[in-house]
Amino acid sequence: MAENKRVDEPTGTETVGHEWDGIEELNTPLPRWWLWTFYATIAWAVAYTVLFPAWPMLHAATTGVLGWSSHAELGKQLAERDRQMAPVRNAIAATDITQLPSKPELWQAAVEGGRAQFKVHCAQCHGSGAAGGKGYPNLNDDDWLWGGDLKTIEYTIMHGIRNPDHDETRLSQMPAFGRDGILTADQIGDLASYVRVISHQDPVSRAARRGATLFAANCAVCHGPEGKGNRTVGAPNLTDAIWLYGGDRDTIVQTITNARYGVMPRWGEKLGPANVKMLASYVYSLGGGEAAPKSQLASAGSANVPANVKP
Amino acid sequence: MSSPDDLVGTSLYAKREAVYPKAVDGFFRRLKWAIMAVTLAIYYVTPWLRWNRGPYAPNQAVLIDLAHRRFYMFAIEIWPHEFYYVAGLLIMAGIGLFLVTSAVGRAWCGYACPQTVWTDLYQHIDRLIDGDRNAQFRLNKAPWGPAKIARRALKYGIYLLIAFLTGGAWIFYFADAPMLQQQFWTGQASFVAYATVGVLTATTFIFGGFMREQVCVYMCPWPRIQTAMLDENSLTVLYKDWRGEPRTHGLKKSLDTSVETGDCIDCLQCVQVCPTGIDIRQGPQIGCITCALCIDACDKVMAQVGHPRGLIDYCTADDAERERTGGQGRPVLKVLLRPRTIAYFAVWASIGLAMLFVLGARTRIDISTLQDRNPLYVRLSDGAIRNAFTVKVRNMEDRPRDAEVSISGLPGAILWQAGGDRAAGGRTIPVHLAPDSVTKVRLFLAAPAVGAGHQPIQFHVRALDREGGSALDHAYFERSGTGE
Repeated sequence: MAENKRVDEPTGTETVGHEWDGIEELNTPLPRWWLWTFYATIAWAVAYTVLFPAWPMLHAATTGVLGWSSHAELGKQLAERDRQMAPVRNAIAATDITQLPSKPELWQAAVEGGRAQFKVHCAQCHGSGAAGGKGYPNLNDDDWLWGGDLKTIEYTIMHGIRNPDHDETRLSQMPAFGRDGILTADQIGDLASYVRVISHQDPVSRAARRGATLFAANCAVCHGPEGKGNRTVGAPNLTDAIWLYGGDRDTIVQTITNARYGVMPRWGEKLGPANVKMLASYVYSLGGGEAAPKSQLASAGSANVPANVKP
Repeated sequence: MSSPDDLVGTSLYAKREAVYPKAVDGFFRRLKWAIMAVTLAIYYVTPWLRWNRGPYAPNQAVLIDLAHRRFYMFAIEIWPHEFYYVAGLLIMAGIGLFLVTSAVGRAWCGYACPQTVWTDLYQHIDRLIDGDRNAQFRLNKAPWGPAKIARRALKYGIYLLIAFLTGGAWIFYFADAPMLQQQFWTGQASFVAYATVGVLTATTFIFGGFMREQVCVYMCPWPRIQTAMLDENSLTVLYKDWRGEPRTHGLKKSLDTSVETGDCIDCLQCVQVCPTGIDIRQGPQIGCITCALCIDACDKVMAQVGHPRGLIDYCTADDAERERTGGQGRPVLKVLLRPRTIAYFAVWASIGLAMLFVLGARTRIDISTLQDRNPLYVRLSDGAIRNAFTVKVRNMEDRPRDAEVSISGLPGAILWQAGGDRAAGGRTIPVHLAPDSVTKVRLFLAAPAVGAGHQPIQFHVRALDREGGSALDHAYFERSGTGE
């Protein structure tokens, strides 16, 4: 082939010597600068694979002479972030939670920190917007089982609900009136009728009057004589519009028959006091927070309960 | 057909021929000096003007505060959402150029364009350091020696100084000028400030010092747009060939009455003074920026040889035709006032008036609401429904104001601020607005559960001080939807 090389007339460039059906190729070598750039990239690649993790081996990739890893890099960045946040975190940890709202900067940091942590630790049950679901309280509303002031929310998150292996946990247990044979099915039906009446869902009925007596004997000890609940034992207010499991007749019957036993992990040991304070601040800020602990037994006024169903 | 061979030896690149314009004096040269003085003064002085805006806003008369997204111009303050004022100004500038071009041709190019002004300045530096046209020629041809090196160093040094002052002045429009100047010299200004000065120094040095008329001829789109906008009634600088031709070489011949001669004695003064190096006698051309210096030069020569002035003069194509056939040119005022220019002026002025009107009538308070979406609504223990809103109130005055936010369109509604108490709520909430900023408040709104699932409501804000002002935003109150 080489003997076919000739100089192309119009361009003055040598051909490479191939010829296909009269078509020839001019020998136009790569520019020198391009070639050297190409060599430089090869050199770069070799150096890179030596210095940084590169070659996949049987169990792991080569680690590289510099020992750099993206995981270590992430760790460094996280540590740096922790270091930056430490002053605020320490300040929150050192401040009594009831004092936080009076320090706007700390309070905002606490609420926003709580918002972020809520998404990680709490959203699984309470929902990403803290609106809860059946069996999981809506934290936006103004109804609280154990109390809605800062101190009480903090305690609840810290020690959890119904953690039998923890002394300070919130603990109470409603009897399973039906399953354990304390009440008959008819009596439970009467009770349900009464609960429907005091929650303003049904008009007064004969069954409800019978239920009133049963309520006073079996339920009032925890839920109060008027059914307004008792926060020391986490007994819900039965007269309001908010139902954790449902306020329809079937669900109420089910609840009285089998009882409920909602649990929440204690977060104090896992997250530490500063994070718990942030979470409590966030939950408090959702709209239902109460300024101070309410009297344990809501007894003031009984106008809401129709007088003619009183036992 | 052309073969590649035809292109051999042909180059699409024209080497620049250096222009050494000769100094000239006359009416238009003085006009140019005056305009240069005014435009440069505006450019350099403006950022240093102060304007008292009280304790909550900067006191620089003209300030483009990019960091805080505000544009201050004397009594006017523009927020980012009012950027249409700037767009309006740009439209006015565009139509203003139409107006100027159709009336007086390329007057912008000849007098006010920064490229022209700075090129003029640099050409004056050339004459100051190297001498007039012929001296510049000689120096350029001269071999490099200590004297030439010294002159060149001095000249480029002055070039650089002017370029630096040009670029340096620019940044003062974007920050408090006295403070920025101090920071600039002590090395505490931001990187952007130094980079901007660096870039503008370089462009001024190159465009004004070296590229000069090439920017106008090759780079700038404006001359080409203008050639499309000029018509037979636009003023251009014109060599009146019917009067000048046939040219004579030298004064003697022109005074010889035995041969028929024109007024042009081919002294080439018009070519020598031209800052873009063209020969105006070849007719209108893209290189002519209508700076009118050739008019000054020619008038002077005409006076010397005893001919009337105006062999080269401002003239419309229409008048040229008239004069060529022995008629009279129209008076300037008549040329300027014609339907096209009046129409341009009307459009230009009505945009300006409309903007002034809107500017005068704009409210300095605004409200916008953003509803919580997760959860959309919350049932409260008494059965009522609660929605949550983030309400942003924009106070565009440079002082703190008291205002109240209220709600309408929702019977039985109670409004209260986050962290507050529902029992203390009502239909209005007082808010304290920070000066010249957006104040954010989180509001809860509760209403009976019975009602439309998606009920239109209105949030109002009303300033409580003497100036007053109010605004509203539309929103919705959300419930379970069935209206149970």
